[in-house]
Amino acid sequence: MTRAPSAQQNAIETHHLRKVFGDKVAVADLTLDVAQGEVFGFLGPNGAGKTTSVKMLLGLVTPTGGEGKLLGAPVGNVAARAKVGFLPEHFRFHDWLTASEFLYLHAQLYGMTEARSKERVPKLLDLVGLTPHADLKLRSFSKGMLQRIGLAQALLNEPKLIFLDEPTSGLDPVGRRLVRDIIRDLKSQGATVFLNSHLLSEVEITCDRVAFIKHGQVIRQAALQTLVDGQTTVELRVGNLTPQLVAGLAQWGQDVRVDGDHVHLTVSDEDVLPQVARWVVEQGGALYSLTPQKLSLEDLFLQVVGTDGGL
Amino acid sequence: MATWVIARLTFREAASRKILWAALWLGLAFLALYGVGTYFIQREIAREGLPALGTREIYNFLAMAGLYVVNFLVVMMTVLTSVDTLAGEIASGTMQAIATKPLRRFEIVLGKWLGFGAMLALYVTLMGGGVVGVVYALTGYAVPGLLRGLGLMALEGLTLLSVSVLGGTSLSTLANGVLAFGLYGLAFVGGWIEQIGSLLHNETTVNIGILSSLLMPSEALWKRAAFEMQSPLTRDLGNMTPFSSTSVPNAIMILYAVAYVAVMLALALRQFSRRDL
Repeated sequence: MTRAPSAQQNAIETHHLRKVFGDKVAVADLTLDVAQGEVFGFLGPNGAGKTTSVKMLLGLVTPTGGEGKLLGAPVGNVAARAKVGFLPEHFRFHDWLTASEFLYLHAQLYGMTEARSKERVPKLLDLVGLTPHADLKLRSFSKGMLQRIGLAQALLNEPKLIFLDEPTSGLDPVGRRLVRDIIRDLKSQGATVFLNSHLLSEVEITCDRVAFIKHGQVIRQAALQTLVDGQTTVELRVGNLTPQLVAGLAQWGQDVRVDGDHVHLTVSDEDVLPQVARWVVEQGGALYSLTPQKLSLEDLFLQVVGTDGGL
Repeated sequence: MATWVIARLTFREAASRKILWAALWLGLAFLALYGVGTYFIQREIAREGLPALGTREIYNFLAMAGLYVVNFLVVMMTVLTSVDTLAGEIASGTMQAIATKPLRRFEIVLGKWLGFGAMLALYVTLMGGGVVGVVYALTGYAVPGLLRGLGLMALEGLTLLSVSVLGGTSLSTLANGVLAFGLYGLAFVGGWIEQIGSLLHNETTVNIGILSSLLMPSEALWKRAAFEMQSPLTRDLGNMTPFSSTSVPNAIMILYAVAYVAVMLALALRQFSRRDL
């Protein structure tokens, strides 16, 4: 019996997922949706419950309450995991295996046929740039190499959903670019990527939507674009700055700050900027420069999560 | 099926570990020493020209002594190689990339148990067969009841393996080791207490001994294995040696041991299925 394909099933769905360890609440109330084909960023301070949430979704940890779905099946369902890839944060593997043996092992664990493994393993080794090291034992691998082979392992069975827990933490810029490219390719193939990351600059580049989690709860969830919109700070360098001029600038935005001959303010819409420029000139100000800067994700993170968050 | 993948992986991993090779070299060194000892004893006996009956007893005693050491080596090797298979992988995080694959938790535990079980059976065969082979080659004496005896020694190894696997689902490597060796020690001491108790006809000590063999049937299994491989004369005389006993465990004990292994394994499968990783 086939499902009606009317609504594209979410890759991940959770309703009030909760995990309590003894009397410690690791995840208070996790409710989020991740649509298929999305690159989703999961952000939060240390100890917010990010890893525990991911573990609940992957069946490593049994939820204390609430429910979740992974590719349409309840969390903990074994068959659904055939199409799920996972790169753990601390990517530790059986280090007495060679890179090649390691991938063949995980292919077997995925239930892949020998023929298919023989096709996928060399391809993935090549993708992560480890073909020359295929016959070296993992124990001789550097951290970056281990992370790359871990990524290859997650991609073995052409997953529909892949969880990446801090995937670029040990990588040099070349490696980070590789991960970014892989994520982009995955997205173009319609796969869903769930990214746990502290490297906000990476999240900014790769993610479509993000959720901020703090104290085990999702406090904000939105498309990246909407989050940074309406948050443009403008820096003006103005000669002949008068208090009236400064006060007058407040009509176009908020948080007006003066620093010598530099004025900063936050506007909600880029379109007002030409008007600001015209007004400053009309008021007799000597406008040397007007520079808009989009709020960075880091600033946004600190704003949403606060600076007290981390453990 | 994932169980077989894990079993093969476990066997290969055990084979690649230094501790196994240490157990093997130690075993071989022992066999060499044993062979030398046996050679000189045999030569002495041949020179003195003892009656066949007497020499058979001596060679059987020699074989039992050798097998006693093998028994100990098997226990050591089983516990030391399996003690951190689950606890270590959980602690290091290696388990995370495995348990998130499309397989059931119990398949991981069962696979590991089978892998180590196969390794242990191989070790018993090699070492036990080695002792018996050395005796036969140097003296011409063939130890009776070999299959049954070695089979029981292997079963003894399995009781400790099952405890070690069960312990690994909840305890740290160290705690698990303490548990496994602790129970073995308990059974060992209990066996002697029972032995002495039955000689002195003291029921309480016998009961203590029986209780300890219920907690860990390893010693009882060794006694039965020794019984199967002894010469009939030694059995009849009921000598007080480490290799014979006045109270030999009966067939029910063997069945109990099999059930013990099954229960420990079942508990391990269940425990690991529920555990948060």
